Amino acid sequence: MLFDLVATIIKMAVFLGVLMGAIAPLMVWVERRGAGLMQDRPGPNRLGPWGLFQPLADVFKFFFKEDLTPALADRWLFLAAPALALIPALTTFVFIPFGPDVEVAGRMVPLVVSDADAGVLLFLAIASLGVYSLILAGYASNNKFSLLGGIRASAQLISYELAMALAVLAVLIPVGSFHLGRVVDYQHGLWNVVPQFLGFVVFLVAAFAETNRLPFDLPEAESELVAGFHTEYSAMRFAAFFTGEYVAMTTISALAATLYFGGWSLFGFPEWAAGALAGLVGPFWLWMGLIGLGVLLAKTSVFLFFFVWVRWTFLRFRYDQLMRLGWKVLMPLALVNLIAVAAATVAGWL
Amino acid sequence: MIEVAVFLLFAALALGSALMVVLLRNPVHSTLSLVLTLLAIAVLFVLLGAPFLAALQVLVYTGAIVVLFLFVVMLLNIGREEIATDRGLVQKGAAGLGALILLGMVGAALWQGTAGHELAPLTEDFVSLEVLATQLFGRYLVAFELVGLLLLVAVIAATVLAARPTPGEPLAAGDRLADAAPVERGGPEPEELAEPTAPSTAAEEAR
Amino acid sequence: MVPISWYLLLAALLFVIGAAGALTRRNGITIFLSVELMLNSVNLTLAAYSRLLDDHTGQLVVFFVLAVAAAEAAVGLALFIAIYRHRRTIDLNRINLMRW
Repeated sequence: MLFDLVATIIKMAVFLGVLMGAIAPLMVWVERRGAGLMQDRPGPNRLGPWGLFQPLADVFKFFFKEDLTPALADRWLFLAAPALALIPALTTFVFIPFGPDVEVAGRMVPLVVSDADAGVLLFLAIASLGVYSLILAGYASNNKFSLLGGIRASAQLISYELAMALAVLAVLIPVGSFHLGRVVDYQHGLWNVVPQFLGFVVFLVAAFAETNRLPFDLPEAESELVAGFHTEYSAMRFAAFFTGEYVAMTTISALAATLYFGGWSLFGFPEWAAGALAGLVGPFWLWMGLIGLGVLLAKTSVFLFFFVWVRWTFLRFRYDQLMRLGWKVLMPLALVNLIAVAAATVAGWL
Repeated sequence: MIEVAVFLLFAALALGSALMVVLLRNPVHSTLSLVLTLLAIAVLFVLLGAPFLAALQVLVYTGAIVVLFLFVVMLLNIGREEIATDRGLVQKGAAGLGALILLGMVGAALWQGTAGHELAPLTEDFVSLEVLATQLFGRYLVAFELVGLLLLVAVIAATVLAARPTPGEPLAAGDRLADAAPVERGGPEPEELAEPTAPSTAAEEAR
Repeated sequence: MVPISWYLLLAALLFVIGAAGALTRRNGITIFLSVELMLNSVNLTLAAYSRLLDDHTGQLVVFFVLAVAAAEAAVGLALFIAIYRHRRTIDLNRINLMRW
C-alpha cells in the first residue's frame, strides 16, 4: 500500500517535472525561434545562448503584468476557466506508459502512473473535459468576441473528438485492450503507423483541432475575434491558457507516439541498453525508466516540432470548412478505417 | 473507512450541485452545476465497481451531451436576458410538498428492499471490462443494434429539425435568424453546428 | 463498506430534486437539465442494484440509458433551436400556440 503510494508519487513527480519544468518552457522557445526560422528572421536570440532564456523572461513579464477582471464578468467562472485549462491536460499524462513492468525491490511496478484497464477510454474522457475551460472563458468574459470563441470551441471540439475516438478505436481492435501498455507491447515488431496510416492521418488532423492549433485555431482566430475566448485575460491567467495549450499539445503528441509509433519501445533497444547499463552500475528499473522516458520524449518532440511547423506553414480554415472537414471527410474516413481494421483483424491479417 | 468518506463527500457534492441545477436562475450556471453532479456520480460509479460506466459518464455525458446543452444555451443567448417567469408561490409550495411525499415513498421502498443486505466483496470478474463486453455483444446484441438504429434516427431527426429554412420557403413572422446565430461570413451554420454530436459519441462508444 | 441503501437514498433524493425542478421551472433548458438529473439518479440506482445482485445487467441498462439520453438531448435541443427560431423564446409559458 505504502510502497505503491510512494511509487505513484515518484512517477507523477517525474512526469510533472518534465512537463512543467522542461517541455512547456522549451516549447515557447521552439515556437518563437521556429516562427523566426520559417519567416526568415532570427526570432528572440538575445537572452542566453540562442535566446534559450527567453521563456524565463516571458514568465517574469506575465508575473508583473496587471491582472484584470472585467467589471461585468461572471467572476467565479472567470477565475475557474484558466485552472480548468491546465487540469485535464496535466491529468491525462498518467495513462501514458514510459516503460514495461519492472521489478523494484522484489515487486512488479508498472512504469505508468495509472495502470487502469480502461486507460485509453479514461484518457479520452478526461481530455474531453478540456473544452469547458474554453467555453467558460468565453462565456464568463461577457464579451461578444469571447462568447463567439467559446461557441466555436464547443462545436469544434466535440466534432473532432468523434473522428479522433474512432481512429483510436481502430488501433485498439487488433490489440484487444484499452490499456496503452498493451498497445505498446503489440507494436514491438511493427509500428501501427504502417498498417493504420489512414487512421493516423485522421488522428493527427483531429489532434490539431482538439488542441486549437493552426490551421484550426478558430476559437482564438486573432484576425476576426481579437483573441477569441481569452480576449479579456491578462497576466498569469493568460499564461495559464498558454501553458495549458502547450501541455495539451504534449499529451496528445505523447498519445500519438504511443498509439502509432511504438511509445517508449524502439525495437528492443531500450531493454537491451538498460540491461547493459545495469550491468555496469545502478539497478535495471532505473535505467529502464530513464531510457524509456527518453525514447518517449524524443518521439513526442518530433510531433511537437511538427505542430510548430504546421502552425507557421498553413493558413487558417474558415469555420464552415472546418465543420465540413470534420463531419464530411474525417468522420467517413475514420469509419472506413475502423471497418477495414475490424475486417482485417477478423481475417487474421493483423 | 476511506470508502465511506469518499462516498459522503461526493454524495454531498452531488446533492448540492443538483439543488443548484434546479435553483439557479442563469441557465449557464445550471448547466455547469449539472456537470458537477455528473462528475460526482461518476465517482460513485467507481465506488460501485463500475469504472467503465464512470468513463462513459464522463466521456458521453459531461464531454458531449452537456457541452451540447451549453452550446445551445450560448447560441440562443438565453443567458442573462431571459429570466424564466416562474410559477407562483402556491405552485412552488405544492411542488415542494409533492417532492417530499415522493421522496418518502421512493425512499421507503428502496430502503426497505435493501436494508440489512450484506455486500459481497468486489470480485475481479465484476469489475472486468471483458465480462461486461461479452454480455453486451452476446445476450444484449439485439438491444445494442436497436440503440444504434435509434441513434441514427436521432441524428437524422436533429439535422432536419435544426436545419435553416431553405431560401424559397416562406419565413414565419418574426423569424429573424440572423441574430440568433453567430454569423460573420463563413460563420457556423446552425444545421451543421447543431448536428447531434452527442449521440454519435455514444455510437462510437458502442461500436 | 458503504451500504447499498445509502446509494439508493441518494438516488431517491436526486430524483426528487430533478422532478421538482422539471415541474416548477419554466425555462426549457432548465427543465431539460432536471430531466437529465432524474435519468442520472435512475442510473445510479441501476448501478447500485447491479453491485448488490452481483449481476452486470444493471450496468448494461445504464449503458443503454446513456445512449437514449444522448439521442433525446440531440433531438430535444434541435427542437428548442427550431422553436426559438420562430418564437424568439424557449420559456414554456409563452410557447402556448397549442393551448385553447
